[in-house]
Parts: sequence; structure tokens; C-alpha cells
Amino acid sequence: MGYDPENPMADRITDVGPPHYSKFHPPVIAKNKGKWLWHEITQPGVLVHKAESGDECWTVRVGAARLISIELIREMCDVADAHCDGYLRFTTRNNVEFMVDSKDKVQPLLDDLASRGNKFPVGGTGAGVTNIVHTQGWVHCHTPATDASGVVKAVMDELFDYFVTMSLPAQVRIALACCLNMCGAVHASDIAILGVHRKPPMIDHSRITGVCELPLAISACPLGAVKPAKAEVNGEEIKTVKVNNDRCMFCGNCYTMCPAMPLADPDGDGIAILVGGKVSNSRSAPKFSKLVIPFLPNTPPRWPETVEAVKNILEVYAGDAKKYERIGEWAERIGWEKFFEKCNIPFTIKSVDDYRLAYDTWRTTTQFKYTSHIK
Amino acid sequence: MAKHDTPMLDELEKGPWPSFVSDIKRQAEKNPDCWDILGQLELSYRDKITHWKHGGIVGVFGYGGGIVGRYSDVPKQFPGVEHFHTVRVNQPASKYYSTENLRALMDLWEKHGSGMTNMHGSTGDIVLLGCRTEALEPFFWDLTHELGQDLGGSGSNLRTPANCLGQSRCEWSCFDTEEACHHLTMHYQDEIHRPAFPYKFKFKFSGCPNDCVAALARSDFAVIGNWKDDIRIDQAAVKEYVAGNIPSNGGAHSGRDWGAFDIKKEVLDLCPTECMWMEGDELKIDNSECTRCMHCINVMPRALRPGKVQGASINIGAKAPILDGAQFATLIIPFIEVTAENEFENVIEVIENIWDWWMEVGKNRERVGETMQRVGLPTFIKVMGLDPIPQHVREPRSNPYVFWQEEEVPGGFDRDVEEFRKRHAA
Repeated sequence: MGYDPENPMADRITDVGPPHYSKFHPPVIAKNKGKWLWHEITQPGVLVHKAESGDECWTVRVGAARLISIELIREMCDVADAHCDGYLRFTTRNNVEFMVDSKDKVQPLLDDLASRGNKFPVGGTGAGVTNIVHTQGWVHCHTPATDASGVVKAVMDELFDYFVTMSLPAQVRIALACCLNMCGAVHASDIAILGVHRKPPMIDHSRITGVCELPLAISACPLGAVKPAKAEVNGEEIKTVKVNNDRCMFCGNCYTMCPAMPLADPDGDGIAILVGGKVSNSRSAPKFSKLVIPFLPNTPPRWPETVEAVKNILEVYAGDAKKYERIGEWAERIGWEKFFEKCNIPFTIKSVDDYRLAYDTWRTTTQFKYTSHIK
Repeated sequence: MAKHDTPMLDELEKGPWPSFVSDIKRQAEKNPDCWDILGQLELSYRDKITHWKHGGIVGVFGYGGGIVGRYSDVPKQFPGVEHFHTVRVNQPASKYYSTENLRALMDLWEKHGSGMTNMHGSTGDIVLLGCRTEALEPFFWDLTHELGQDLGGSGSNLRTPANCLGQSRCEWSCFDTEEACHHLTMHYQDEIHRPAFPYKFKFKFSGCPNDCVAALARSDFAVIGNWKDDIRIDQAAVKEYVAGNIPSNGGAHSGRDWGAFDIKKEVLDLCPTECMWMEGDELKIDNSECTRCMHCINVMPRALRPGKVQGASINIGAKAPILDGAQFATLIIPFIEVTAENEFENVIEVIENIWDWWMEVGKNRERVGETMQRVGLPTFIKVMGLDPIPQHVREPRSNPYVFWQEEEVPGGFDRDVEEFRKRHAA
């Protein structure tokens, strides 16, 4: 039985979709769905949800790398089999949640997790730093400007205390995307770590004919910097493209469309830091993250410049913001000039928007604060 | 035994956060191909650049998505990752698993692939990282026949829908996010597996305006729980909060001494519409002024709950910055009932209105939010067959350049310039 390569379409099953979620609900979840009354975080990483029935669901949240092995997942299953009737779940931020139906089952679960080395850190709740959502980076992607898993590991090692405590003014959501495609959609994060390129694409004339549809490569450029051109390859004239370097904004969209236009580079590539985004509608409307540090170098294996930059912003915020204020709300209250001053981040022309919709970010009032920026 | 020296990656085995390097090494003891993951990644750490070739079109028969091709550009050095394709498996709604199901899936991946995964990818799929082309069909056969499971989306199709855990474990969810997500995932299997759109299209379902699945920031079609009537108040619990007997914000701030709970400072004064006040020890809310931002409910979850007339808002057109800049999803339908009782037919009607139009006018690789930008919100509102309402905009336009229609102007656009000149010398 199994797949028969001689007869690939025989007995084929398609379009069955995912299994129905109700098969995977722990009993206390199945029984009380839609009838929850309130919740409380009783200690970092431990939540209780109370139902109308009087039932309680106790959840232990555990951080994990996003890149994990089946051996580790099997170990998670061992924990769930031993304590949670054989059920577990993952959060949208790559945390794992183990649920039990009474308080007295929590401590044995915590003890079991703690006995397994540093594989299962308990935390990621409330006014702290929860898991960093991120992309693939050098471990699996063809367009990255930096690694993902390594940068995240280095940052989380440094911010670990904020994962296992709840001492910040509000939750801080950090995200990493390894290039401007932003598979990780870091554009609405409190702190965004973003891989950026700084060199225009090279043109591989010898390959472009076979691998590119030139009109798609040309139209891929949002600034019209890619133009039709001719080149000589092995004594023959071929149709190709050229790039107006002055107009290139290093987005990499041309390379996405045309493999003969690589732009990654060891010295060109690095990391930009954006801050102040949020997704929730709580108090203020959702906000985009704003570019405050245009470039930090790629310095594997531990990216000390990036780690320091993130930690600095987080700790200045932690010491200055009011209770409940997200980073973006704090920066808007004090003013962005104060944000740069307090964080001791040099303000550069690169934080002034000159792309589309840029005018929205220009200041059209006489209201400002006197900071060291005004000489 | 390690196959390659990885001094830089070994540095990432230190520190308190779980190490993906240690984990890959653990997997490599079972599947030696994983040593080549580490070897190639170490080379990238040295070279500061990726060593994966551009793309590669692979898949399973009959599907146009679900597999992302990936090939090493140094296969001689690292033959274990010569082919290293990604398989996206559609996750169950809310991402609950039985260990029985998860173990069976892991056994399949041990049989056919590298044994490395992402739980989960950014869109929500179970991402299985690294297998050879010839393993794809056998894996898919076993996935569908043995587990009754299926691939998710990739390319210009409906991407795998995702939801917050909703009513399954949250008291704030205003509709059944997991049922909506599952139902629409099943309803649109063809659209998930066979690309027919101008570009990707994402559904996300969040149960309340806290939006834990980032629907408003990340999805073309965001369904975000909302309610119509009054916030439910338990005045006895309000008194308990004021007396300091229940921790504020569900205990989220317990790691620092922020002083005694101050309902004026922490709730009333932070309400964006200033629609709350105290009368003695009773909390009052002018619900007609409330924009349902969730702050007060977040801070006092035992005293306040969303109203009982529940449904969702539909926002359309979010995307990351590539290419014209980031967009949040725009409020198009302020309130809609979302219920399995009508099999979500009213939501489906909105979806298909958008698709019918976007598949006709959307350009290649244009997200629906970009199409909306290009044609303008007024045109989109007309396409959707909706009456324009102030809720569609943050503020009215500040320029006067209205595209008046001929039929709106008495006498139409056709005029006689000679008649005009008889009365107005040039």
C-alpha cells in the first residue's frame, strides 16, 4: 500500500482540509466553550480561566524556538500525556500551552517542565516580553538580509528576565522579519527587527534569458528603476535589464520576480530597528512601527549591536512609560524628539519619509519640544 | 557525531532561551541529514549571506500550492540539504492538538523529511522544513490516507485561514472564531489549493478588538469580534477592584509595585471616549459613546464583559509594506452577525463580492488593499453595494476634487459652446 509512482492518480484523496478542531479540545475546554466568565494570570506563565459552571482551566505557557524538531515535539507530547490528558496547543507567537483542569495539577506540571533543563521556560504572559515571532532567515530562505533564529535566540537570551516576569508598563511585542518582504509582518510591532539590503541588484546576463520574464522583472520595481537593456553574452546580443542605482530602494522585489538579479551581500545587508507599532485596538488605534535605527551590521553569531539596541529601547521605555502605555503610545505622548533623546539614538535623515504617503508623517504644526536636536 | 565544525552556531547553545542549535543537533542524532542544516547555516554565519538558491517549482499533482521549493547552492558540501523543500500542512483551528494526532504527524515527517519543523509558520500552517522532491507525493499520500489531513496554501491563492482561540478559552470572544475559520477553510478548499487570484488573499478571525491573531494588520479579510449593546457590569466586582481585592488587568502587572489600584487613573481617564464615570461607588458607562476599545474590560475582566448582542466587524485590505507601504485593514462593515446557524452565508456573500471584483480588476501581484488604493475607497464601497457612512473614514476628505457623475448634475455634461459664446464674448 501507499503511494504508487507508476499510478500517481489512483485512489488519490484531495481537499479534505484540516481535522475538525473539536477532536483536539481538552475535556475542560470542550465542556465550557462559550461559557467562560473571567481569567487571571496567577504568576508569570500561568493563567486560570473560570467558567460559568465553576470549572477552571489552568494554562501553563512555555516559550519555544519557532524552529523545533520532532524529537522536541514528542517530548512536549510526553508532558501533555503525563499531565494534560493528552492535549496541548500552540499560540500565534510560537508558545506552547499545557492545560489542566485544577489548580493542584499545576505545580507537578511546572516541576516536570523545570526538570527538563532550559527547554521549557514558563512565562510570556502579561506586562512582559513574550516570544518573538519571526521568519526563516539563513536557515531556509532564499531572499534574507539576515538570519532569523540566531538573532532571536541572542535577543531572547538577553531579555529572558522579561519573559519570565511581568514588570513592564505593558506587554511588549517583538518581531523579526529577515527581509523587506516581511513574511513575519513586523510592521505593527512594539519593536521590529528587520533585515535590510543596501546594495542594488547585480544583473546575471548569462542567466537572465532562461530564468526571467523581463516585463515582470521591469514591472516589479515600484520606482521604475529597472529598464530594458541589451548585453553581449558569448558574442551574442541578448535582451536583458539594467538598474538605475540612484532610484533603487533595495526592496528586493525584482529578485523575487527574477532569480538573475541577486542583491544579498555580506557588507550591504544588515538590520533596521522599527518601534512603536501595535495591533490591538485597546485605547488607541493600531499603529505602524516606525524606523528609528536605519542600519546595524550583521554580526553573527550573537548580533551584539542589535541585542543592545533592542534592550536599550526596552529599558528606557520600562523606566519612563506609564502603566498600560505601549511603546508607541509612550513615544507619542512624550513626542518622537524626546524618544530619540531619551533612548540616546541619533536621529538621521533616514527616519524622514520620502516614499509614498510620506506627507502623513511630516509635522505640520508649531507644536514641538526643545530637545538637543535643536541647535 | 557532528559532521561539521560549527563554532559560531555552538555559541548559540549558551544562554537561558531554548536553543534551536541544540535542538537540531538532537534531531541530527536521529537523521544525519540535519548535520548538513547546521553545516550550511554555519557557512552562512561565516559568509553573512544565505546559501539557498532562488525558489524552485515543486508540488503535488493537482495542487498549485502548499509546497515551497528550496535547493542548496552548495549541495556538494551539504548533500543532506540539496533539496530542502517546505511542506505547509493546514493546522487545526485554534492550534489545539491531541498528542495522538501530533505524534502521528511527527512519525510521518520522520519517515519522509528532515524532522525539523516550525510550529507554526507566520500565516498559521504547520511548517515541515526540508524534504526531497521524490518524498513529496509519498508524504502527501500518507498525510491524506493515514491522517485525513491536507496541505495549506502558498502562491496566489487563499492562504490558510487562521483564528484566535476564541470562545474555546476566552470570555471576550464575540463569535465562534474556530468554527468560522474551520467552516470557511472547508468551504474554500479549491481556492486554497489551486491559485486563481491576482495575488495572495488571507482570512483571519479574532474574537474581539484586542485582535490576538493580528487580523487587522495582516489579513486581506479581517473578521474581528464586536458587540452592539451595553458592556455588562458587575457592580459588586467593581467594588472589589476599587478595594484592591482583585488584581487589575487580570494580574498582568503583578511584577512591579504600581501602587494601589486607582479606577479613575487606570480606567476612566484612559477611556479614549471619556464615556465612563463613577456615581458614588457605582461605575457608569454611556454606551452610546463607547467605541469598544476593550481597555476597561481588559483592566477589570471580572467586573466588565462585552455586551450580549455579539457579532463582528469586517475590515478589508491589510498587508505588509511590500510594495507601496504597509496598510491596515479598512473598516467596511461595522457590524455583522457571524453564526454557524446560517453557515456563515452572509460572510460568504461579502467575500465573494470582493473576489468577483478583485479577480476582474486586480493586477498581477496586487493585494486587494492595493487595488482598493488604486481605484479609491469610494469605488470600492460602490462595488461592495454599500451605502457610504462616516464609519468608513477617519475624517472627511480635505480636498474638493470629487468625481461627480454626469447624472448627478442638472443638464448633464453635454453643452453647446456656440450657445455659450452668444452670451459670453471670447
